[in-house]
Amino acid sequence: MADLKIGGLHKYYGSLHVVKGIDLEIPEGEFTVLVGQSGCGKSTLLRTIAGLETADKGSIEIGGQRVNDLPPKDRDIAMVFQNYALYPYMRIYDNIAFGLRARKTPASEIDGKVKAAAKMLAIEHLLDRYPRQLSGGQLQRVAIGRAVVRNARLYLFDEPLSNLDAQLREEMRGEIKRLHQELGKTMIYVTHDQIEAMTMADRIVLLREGVIEQQGAPLDLYERPATRYVAGFLGSPTMNFIPAVIILNGMKLSVRLGDGTALEIPSSRSGGLGPWQGKPLLLGVRPEHLSRATGELRPGAATCDTKVDLVQPTGSRTYATLNVGGTQVVAEMQAHDVSAPGERVTLAIDMNRMILVDTATDKVISS
Amino acid sequence: MKLALRLAAAVLVTLFFLFPIYWLFMISLKTADEIYSYPPVWWPETFQFGNYVVLFKDGDAKTVWNSLVVASASTVLAMFLGTICAYSIARFRTGGEHLANWIISQRMVPPITVVFPIFLLYVFFGLVDTYIGLILLYTAFNLPYVIWMMRGYILDIPIALEESALVDGCSRWQVLWKVVFPMCRAGLFATAIFTFVFAWNDFIFALVLTRTEVTTYTVQVTHYFGSQSNFWAKISAMSVLGTLPVFIVVGFMQRYLVRGISMGAVKG
Ligand SMILES: Nc1ncnc2c1ncn2[C@@H]1O[C@H](COP(=O)(O)OP(=O)(O)OP(=O)(O)O)[C@@H](O)[C@H]1O
Ligand SMILES: [Mg+2]
Repeated sequence: MADLKIGGLHKYYGSLHVVKGIDLEIPEGEFTVLVGQSGCGKSTLLRTIAGLETADKGSIEIGGQRVNDLPPKDRDIAMVFQNYALYPYMRIYDNIAFGLRARKTPASEIDGKVKAAAKMLAIEHLLDRYPRQLSGGQLQRVAIGRAVVRNARLYLFDEPLSNLDAQLREEMRGEIKRLHQELGKTMIYVTHDQIEAMTMADRIVLLREGVIEQQGAPLDLYERPATRYVAGFLGSPTMNFIPAVIILNGMKLSVRLGDGTALEIPSSRSGGLGPWQGKPLLLGVRPEHLSRATGELRPGAATCDTKVDLVQPTGSRTYATLNVGGTQVVAEMQAHDVSAPGERVTLAIDMNRMILVDTATDKVISS
Repeated sequence: MKLALRLAAAVLVTLFFLFPIYWLFMISLKTADEIYSYPPVWWPETFQFGNYVVLFKDGDAKTVWNSLVVASASTVLAMFLGTICAYSIARFRTGGEHLANWIISQRMVPPITVVFPIFLLYVFFGLVDTYIGLILLYTAFNLPYVIWMMRGYILDIPIALEESALVDGCSRWQVLWKVVFPMCRAGLFATAIFTFVFAWNDFIFALVLTRTEVTTYTVQVTHYFGSQSNFWAKISAMSVLGTLPVFIVVGFMQRYLVRGISMGAVKG
């Protein structure tokens, strides 16, 4: 059964239409990540679920109960805010106990719960301090502790890690994920960071300008994006898009690029592409599906000769910028596959993993 | 050297401001002869507490009590009403963008221009020379100031703190009590002090709207200015009685006063 069910949700700020008809069902115990560009309405959607904003149209059900008209306190929700939202005039202990006290939990239970939550998050030694005496990472743990101690039905996180530095962020990511496994609660996590979304989510809901562009398991979205937007949003470096048309080359369909290069489409991927011949398309290839052709080619790979323009080693991998069919593309190579700009290479393109996008609609036509 | 200079300057300035107060206390403790003697008597031979005894015996000292009652009651009322108004304006944009400006403009009205219409109203409602009458008036007069100040302090509170409390199980009233008040405590005290001091020092309203029952000390002082002679000793003794409560209040709340005043200014 869906733990959270949203139907036809709309939200306006004055005349600004921010959430434009969202339908969403989130099963119990799932970790859902709402991801999208800044300003696409993620926070607004989350705040509407929490009851901090009123829904202008549509329904929100939590555990089968319609909550549109319930104040936040009656929705059985716990929320972690981006700026921690800890009370500066209270000790950490009291900050964590705040929600329990507000809900009239018997005093005898509070102490045990606070200590248990503190232990879970390794902040037991901080309980007597004030928020100003803590570091950013510690503050974030306390903020999470405040939510955890509540034992709510639904947990909401609005970019809780965006104030932390990269290393701490990575650590806390794992922490939150572990917490989810331990508690088994339904959680919704908002971020604009696609890596955070990919690594944490059971399911990604990708928002774009107030509507859901696509939702599904992280790898589903990554490998089978429905639109150019999704394909470009997920993955780093982003997917390469090269203008192309489909042509019939003998008995086989090929993709022809602007400079005449023809890349053969493997037969497993060519089904249903016939009618698209001659139409303006984009060939989408992820950087990791471009490699240097060496020795025997893998089945489904096509090659083209080109020249390296830029080399960016990262240690484990090297990103090479090259020109394919008149477009600059980025290839993720083995560390020593390319050495210097100007080097001539034969590029192997894994055509099994490519996508084709209809430029008229920006929808993906092959998958 | 520089420090010594600064210290000297500080002492000078302090003396300059303290002198009138010192002089006021001294006069209230002098005999009539000492008050008028030339060269002036800087330190009376013996302290004459008789001036104070007379004030208490005649019942004149009760006017200080009257001031205390109306100033305290109106401060509590204005603070309570003003803070919830301010919260509503700050958080729900009650009354639109300009309500707050409009409200503070009410405070700019010179008291003298409204005191006579109010007097006529009060006569009609039988509020002249009553505690209720003065309390209502001071409350109304201080409300704009309280609303304006508290609105600023409330706007400074990160809204996530309140939202977090709402989600955690608080009603709006609990949010006010558990988050808003503690977060702007210094501001609350600072505003309350100014509100209290305004009511405490008011002369014009008290003069017109009281007769005998709830005369405040400011009005009482004027009763000692005679056509032939002025009762300087009584005037100064009464003034001392009127000054002490303010000293005490400010003394206790100094910590909040300084922080409250600088709070709105420094923090964005
Ligand atoms: N209280 C508000 N009043 C008016 N407009 C608002 C308000 N809050 C948000 N908006 C607007 O609504 C749109 C969506 O905002 P929202 O905060 O939901 O975006 P977001 O996806 O969370 O972005 P970010 O990743 O930057 O947090 C933005 O254009 C924003 O300017
Ligand atoms: Mg946001």
